[in-house]
Amino acid sequence: MKTLADLKKIREKAQEEMKLRGANVRIKIVVGMGTSGIAMGAREVMKTFLEEIANRNLTDVIVTQTGEKGLSSMEPVVDLVEEGKDKVTYGNMTPEKVKKVVVEHIVNGRIVSDYVVATGN
Amino acid sequence: MSLKRIDLLICCGSGCVSAGALKIKERFHTVLTEKGLQTEVNIIETGCMGPCDYGPVMVIYPEGIFYKTVTPEDVDEIVEEHFIKGRPVSRLMLKDEDKTIASQKEVPFYQKQVKVALANCGYIDPESLDEYIATGGYEALGMALTQMNPQGAIDVVKASGLRGRGGGGFPTHIKWQMVHDRKEDEKYIICNGDEGDPGAFMDRSLLEGDPHRILEGMMIAAYAIGASQGFFYIRAEYPLAIKRIRQAIEQAREIGLMGKNIFGTDFCFEAEVRTGAGAFVCGEETALIHSIEGNRGNPTPKPPYPAVSGLWGKPSVVNNVETFANIPTIFVKGAEWFASMGTATSKGTKVFALTGDIKNTGLVEVPMGITLREMIFDVGGGMVGGHKFKAVQLGGPSGGCLTVEHLDVPVDYESLKERGAMMGSGGVIVMNDSNCMVNVAKFFMEFCVEESCGKCSPCRIGLKQMYDILDRITSGNGKEGDIEELQRLGESVNKLSLCGLGQSAPNPVLSTIRYFRDEYESHIRDHSCGNKVCLDLMHFDIDKSRCIGCSLCARKCPVNCITGSREEKYTIHQLDCIKCGNCQDVCPVKAVDRIPGTHPEVKEQRAKQQAHNSHDD
Repeated sequence: MKTLADLKKIREKAQEEMKLRGANVRIKIVVGMGTSGIAMGAREVMKTFLEEIANRNLTDVIVTQTGEKGLSSMEPVVDLVEEGKDKVTYGNMTPEKVKKVVVEHIVNGRIVSDYVVATGN
Repeated sequence: MSLKRIDLLICCGSGCVSAGALKIKERFHTVLTEKGLQTEVNIIETGCMGPCDYGPVMVIYPEGIFYKTVTPEDVDEIVEEHFIKGRPVSRLMLKDEDKTIASQKEVPFYQKQVKVALANCGYIDPESLDEYIATGGYEALGMALTQMNPQGAIDVVKASGLRGRGGGGFPTHIKWQMVHDRKEDEKYIICNGDEGDPGAFMDRSLLEGDPHRILEGMMIAAYAIGASQGFFYIRAEYPLAIKRIRQAIEQAREIGLMGKNIFGTDFCFEAEVRTGAGAFVCGEETALIHSIEGNRGNPTPKPPYPAVSGLWGKPSVVNNVETFANIPTIFVKGAEWFASMGTATSKGTKVFALTGDIKNTGLVEVPMGITLREMIFDVGGGMVGGHKFKAVQLGGPSGGCLTVEHLDVPVDYESLKERGAMMGSGGVIVMNDSNCMVNVAKFFMEFCVEESCGKCSPCRIGLKQMYDILDRITSGNGKEGDIEELQRLGESVNKLSLCGLGQSAPNPVLSTIRYFRDEYESHIRDHSCGNKVCLDLMHFDIDKSRCIGCSLCARKCPVNCITGSREEKYTIHQLDCIKCGNCQDVCPVKAVDRIPGTHPEVKEQRAKQQAHNSHDD
């Protein structure tokens, strides 16, 4: 390492590894992991999100989880929370649907309205 | 790229480690592997998070959930509920009255704190250079080396108003300027990590929790003064701090931040660790330098100051660990930002080790100028066990104590000095109304007598004399005039001692006499310790109206000095009592009291003994 630019490169890579601790998160994916969610495959859904995000190197997206969301008939349920925008809730998620949401919503910024069960807070 | 979705930060500061943090970490590894979650959770050992009283503590990101007093048995529940189902475990969270506090940000202990030196401590993995760089590490060094000349770097520190954090509060830029101005081919930069005050652990926590920050601060200082060799002087009792600093030096060398032509400039730098044997006097800079040279750690008269003739006779700067910890942030955020915090003469923040009879003991960093009241009652959470605040000892054995009337004094170098205390390196010992101040003064005096290097007679002989007088007072043999003699000796030792150890050692005695003279007087005149601490000046007694005659005290008494029966109740034979306190501990109805003052029978016996002794003479 010889210059400030080299240092910046190391810093950016290291910051990505530390993104869970709060710096520059654009989108937060919240997976409902209550009993019914898990029974309907929420863990698979969450794993697919994690893999897709890793494969696409999305450094400003984090995956987190919450308990029962009260939408048991539509599990697994996932919220996409974006700074300054309404929360979008997707229902009846599957690993295939996750891949589409990642490409359309997270990468290209277009909400996949077919899967949406609620918007707003 | 990882699939991690949870950062589990386990505090591995010494407080939490002794409370079992490492066992908890092992348990997490086991449980996560069993459940197949090891790829999703990052387990990170951090430095001290601060609230040692709640240890072991941990913070879980991305939510920032704070758990306290975790045990290995809680690990399964955390994994099952929080990690798998996303339901944080509320019984492990902090409770404030009826409210449960989930997030670390909302913990009251952190509310009035401003973290500069401790910014990364408890937030990053101290063994990871990448994590330090992710928080902006080594940017300050890069900027200083590529965009400033050494004088420019000194000017930044001058504008920030930074003063030495080791205790004296000497302006850092003046030390740097003096060495910068010397025209010699070799100069040295030294980090003083010889923290020795009882109850102080600021430097250790910084070295363990964020070693690269200290190294970066040292390198900027080296560039400013023109040194190419640095020494960390750390006491051998801090093995983890030594290990982490050594590791940091190696990591920096691997990526070219240490060695030749750093950041492509002419600046070359090497650093190494020298371990001390744990002598308090080696925190004094001339003694420290002699110790690095391989000689006995004795102080020598100043001048010549180390800035003129220091290590191996070359100009040297000795800075405290915390001083270095502030440097990188001053360069990144600017001198004005730093100078905007604090009071007219004391800028920035100060790290304190908060201990004693308060709720939240631990490591805190507060802006200069905060009042003692805010520090003790807001950050420290007030007194434990319904006791009242009595005094606070600032600056360890070199400092003095302050009382209730000083609670609104702003914490800065000058305000504390005016009132007989000092900033010191940052040890704060809070005492409640059950403490005997004469005994406290005796404790610190004993420490200084032990630690005196013996080179100059005021300190070697004077302190011992003071200790003997205090010992006499606390054992009931005090005489009229003892207080005045203590003051006279104290002032002489203060004026005549060679180094800071002796000059400041009488402070605890002088300040307790200043604010608690009545306690000294009652010890001497009434042979009574009002707080029932000094064993020779108090006695135990059984209140017969409360005693139920169960005989438990008599059976537990190691010297069989309690007799009685169910009908007559029980009596302590004062002449034989060794005051172990067993009877008080075992009494089921709390009928045993501690009573101030020597028992009349014992007094009579002592008087006879004395008469007998003088007859022999």
